[in-house]
Amino acid sequence: MPVERVDPDLVEFDLRSDEMLINMGPQHPSTHGVLRLVLRTDGEVVSDLTPNIGYLHRCAEKIGENLSPRQFVPYADRLDYLAGMNMDLGWSMAVEKLLGFVPSERLRHLRVLVCELDRIASHLVAAGCYGLDLGSFTPFVWCFRERERILLLFEELCGARLTYSYITPGGVTSDLPKGWLKNCEKFLAEFEPVIDELHATLTSNSIFIHRTANIGVLSPEMAVDYGCTGPVLRGSGVDWDLRRDGEPVYTRMYEGYKFEVIAQVKGKYPEDLPYPAVPREAVLGDCWHRFYVRMLEVVQSMKLIRQAMEKYSQTKEVLAEPIKLRQKLTVGTAYLETEAPKGQTGFMLISDGSPVPWRVRIRSSSFCNLSVSAELCRGCLIADVPAVIGSLDIVLGEIDR
Amino acid sequence: MAQALINILDHWGLHGLAQQGWLWYLVVGLVQVALILALVMTCVAVYTWMERKISGRIQDRLGPTRVGGRFGWLQPAADGLKLLCKEDLVPAAADGLLFRAAPYLTFCAAFIPYLALPFAPGWVVQPMDTAAFFILAIGGLEVFGVILAGYASGSKWSLYGAMREAAQVVSFEIPLGMCVVVPVLMAGTMNLTEIAQQQAGWLTSWNLVNPFALVTFFIYMVCATAGTNRAPFDLPEAESELVAGFMTEYSGFRWSMFFMAEYSAMFLLALLGALLFCGGWNGPIPVATMLWLTPEYGDIAAFAGNFLGMCSLITKGVLGVIFMMWLRWTLPRLRIDQVMTTCLKYCVPLASIMLVGTMVSIFVLRGGLSHPIKPVEMPAKQNQRTGRDCKLKIREGHASPLLLRRPMVCGKIFWQSRGTGFQPVEFDTGKMPVPRWRPSARKSSHTRPQSSNFQFSIFNSQFSIFSLSREGAC
Amino acid sequence: MQFQDIHQQLSRRFGPAILRAEPVAIDPWIEVAGGLLAEIGLFLRNEPALRFNMLHCISGVDYFEPDAKKAAAVPWQPHLEVLYHLSSLVCKHRLVLLVTLPRWQDDVPGRLPELPTLSSVWKTANWHEREVFDLIGVNFVDHPDLTRILLPEDWIGHPLRKDYRPPHEYHGIARRVENAG
Repeated sequence: MPVERVDPDLVEFDLRSDEMLINMGPQHPSTHGVLRLVLRTDGEVVSDLTPNIGYLHRCAEKIGENLSPRQFVPYADRLDYLAGMNMDLGWSMAVEKLLGFVPSERLRHLRVLVCELDRIASHLVAAGCYGLDLGSFTPFVWCFRERERILLLFEELCGARLTYSYITPGGVTSDLPKGWLKNCEKFLAEFEPVIDELHATLTSNSIFIHRTANIGVLSPEMAVDYGCTGPVLRGSGVDWDLRRDGEPVYTRMYEGYKFEVIAQVKGKYPEDLPYPAVPREAVLGDCWHRFYVRMLEVVQSMKLIRQAMEKYSQTKEVLAEPIKLRQKLTVGTAYLETEAPKGQTGFMLISDGSPVPWRVRIRSSSFCNLSVSAELCRGCLIADVPAVIGSLDIVLGEIDR
Repeated sequence: MAQALINILDHWGLHGLAQQGWLWYLVVGLVQVALILALVMTCVAVYTWMERKISGRIQDRLGPTRVGGRFGWLQPAADGLKLLCKEDLVPAAADGLLFRAAPYLTFCAAFIPYLALPFAPGWVVQPMDTAAFFILAIGGLEVFGVILAGYASGSKWSLYGAMREAAQVVSFEIPLGMCVVVPVLMAGTMNLTEIAQQQAGWLTSWNLVNPFALVTFFIYMVCATAGTNRAPFDLPEAESELVAGFMTEYSGFRWSMFFMAEYSAMFLLALLGALLFCGGWNGPIPVATMLWLTPEYGDIAAFAGNFLGMCSLITKGVLGVIFMMWLRWTLPRLRIDQVMTTCLKYCVPLASIMLVGTMVSIFVLRGGLSHPIKPVEMPAKQNQRTGRDCKLKIREGHASPLLLRRPMVCGKIFWQSRGTGFQPVEFDTGKMPVPRWRPSARKSSHTRPQSSNFQFSIFNSQFSIFSLSREGAC
Repeated sequence: MQFQDIHQQLSRRFGPAILRAEPVAIDPWIEVAGGLLAEIGLFLRNEPALRFNMLHCISGVDYFEPDAKKAAAVPWQPHLEVLYHLSSLVCKHRLVLLVTLPRWQDDVPGRLPELPTLSSVWKTANWHEREVFDLIGVNFVDHPDLTRILLPEDWIGHPLRKDYRPPHEYHGIARRVENAG
């Protein structure tokens, strides 16, 4: 069904008698940034929703055409600013794919380590904000408390708390500082019990279940059709994770790692660790499942980090310098998608042989994930709109680019 | 409380004021209102501080630490100052008059019920036989302010808040009313002083001990949370859905009026719950009786006992408020249909069962219908104030089928029946002179009939418009 | 399924509409004729052996060198390319479709080149085509709602074209002049 176009000046005329047109955003507490949702409502029932994006458009692709790949790294981590490491990784690996660069062992484990750590940070924001969307303030603060510790680790690592520019094409800016691994280990040990607390206040909270179960049900077919990726896709029961199913250029980073792809396959989630049970009310593909997938992925990421720390400690080599600031690129086109916390983020470079790419294209996961919101919100209540939008875990920096 | 005031004024040699009935009325009225307002406002200020501290502790934060020392004691004052300094915005699309009036309406509705709320035996601004009914009735008016605010703001979000409030109020008021009926049934009166006095003694004499009342108390607390628009029932102001609901367009002092109304309504319902279910001013241990702080041991002892009782009641109220805060910072918000489901589909049937259960238990435990209603002639007791004999006729026996009729009757005639309760005290008014307050009345300030006599003395018949008492109407 | 097999299947089915294939590129691509794009898309999506059920990305590229001196050196004529990145979650293979378009329809500046929409085949295409329309300027015929998505509705021009010049002023907001060139 086509998304109906809503012109704010004209639309009042084609409203039915009981209908009201209401703007949710661009300044609204639960649109996660400057997203504007035009709701056509009949009382509390939303009969139509039109997302309106572009308020945070910063011409990232155009900027990419004027900067060399290493110069573009700070712009990359401003796309999904909640998972800057993963954005840097996506960009760097796309460049490396173009250049045919193969990362060393130590670099590979280091990247897994920081990316998975950032995935936890991103999922914590998602979980906390989702609680906030549903009116539960406390888990939000708890999540941010734990995320703060990750940010402190990153600050120690690269001096930045949010926009790291740490992973660059051809390497990282610096190796781990002394004692960092110990701090990281300490964090993991202390973070583990907090997950249970979050499960208690959110995942298995009765009100939370009632607010999220059977709301915004996204069928697997529709999810694939709309290009939904990441936890949104896996929440619909599609067993697809680029860390396992991606291009070899990317999957070889995770070679030798043991982890589960979190998706309900044949009615069952992976049972390698004790997880809270799926409530009876939940339907595969609803908001609850999307949230649940994220919560379980946090545990998988912790598993990955522990492995990465061990593997990293075993390597002794010195990390090579990243590529030069204005290194000439190989002629050709390279497109690579990586599994960022919010879904598959793709970067494409077209190079004519000069140090500056001819064209940079960013495929944003949140962009595709948001496009399904109109479908999910049709016929739900106003209170469900934040529940659905929150469960998609969008970040506007990545959508508007 | 009024009696205590009179004592003080008399001490200053101002009892000549008593000769001027209307002036006296005015002064006492103003002082009483000021006292209650001071108490409530202090509590609200403390609650805003407490809410920050409690939420802080729940969320592993410190809460306010800067203004007023380590614990941020002066945070409410700083907040108040900030709110007063903010610009008072009225949107261009708003209906100016209604927009400005709405906060006051809400605040008044949240505050007026305190006038009927006893803090200790006799410590009540306006003793009423139907205090429970009055409090619910006036407290329910709060919704008008909210709906007006939402309607007059000229904002769609505000309108949604108002509509939600309207939907919510019809959901929670019904079970809330039913919950209040349960202790009223148990006590056989709607007089809150009476209800609380009946629970005097140890913890075991609290209404809460009755299993039906215990369940009712929980339903009451759920409905009270809904009634004060607190999470998880804060739908009219749900910030993640409706920005700030009916308060979206308000700022500065008008906004703080809503804020104060919310907190005073919380406190009110917590106090009411304490009076109805948790013994009122009677602590779990009858400390006052153990320390001989009863009227038999003189005024000071009685005052101290009352003061202890008030502290006990306020402590219970504060605990109730803390319970609501704890809920707020723990639970996610319900959806509007879920609120209505909770209130109408679960709370109403449950409350009905409790109501029927209470009635049955009263019959079973107290001898059933066959129990005769005996008017008991009390030995004639000398009215200390008038020096005349006063005939007290007290009816006994809770098994009366009249019990059910009484609340209705009382609802009808509550403006006439103030001060006597379901145990009608029949004064032989013919023998009584037009009473006038005299210092000798001090000794008798701690029993209910006398406190009504005090009212009698003030609102004597020449001010029939104010004289809400049966005696005064004579 | 290997790239060669996909190419063969497509060639067998659509013959002349399959113009070129590049199996040794970093991401192997197949160039198809724009006119049959919707049919090709439907075939790729529904053919049991192919099952390209996910469209990842649609990217428009402008091949145009505004600098006349450099323009003489480039190996291509000015044109637009639209790339479709497809993959199959079932068969776990990937494909890049490429369509070449003139920069302007019938070489009339201002008339956007046309391409059939794929939004009826993959829902992803809906927003992505709007984005390509918005930033590159391709008219997707039969698109249900072809309006600007990232830029304001009254924006003029398509900024990712190489000859795009930003406006000096937009609704009273002046552009900084030092880099106005």
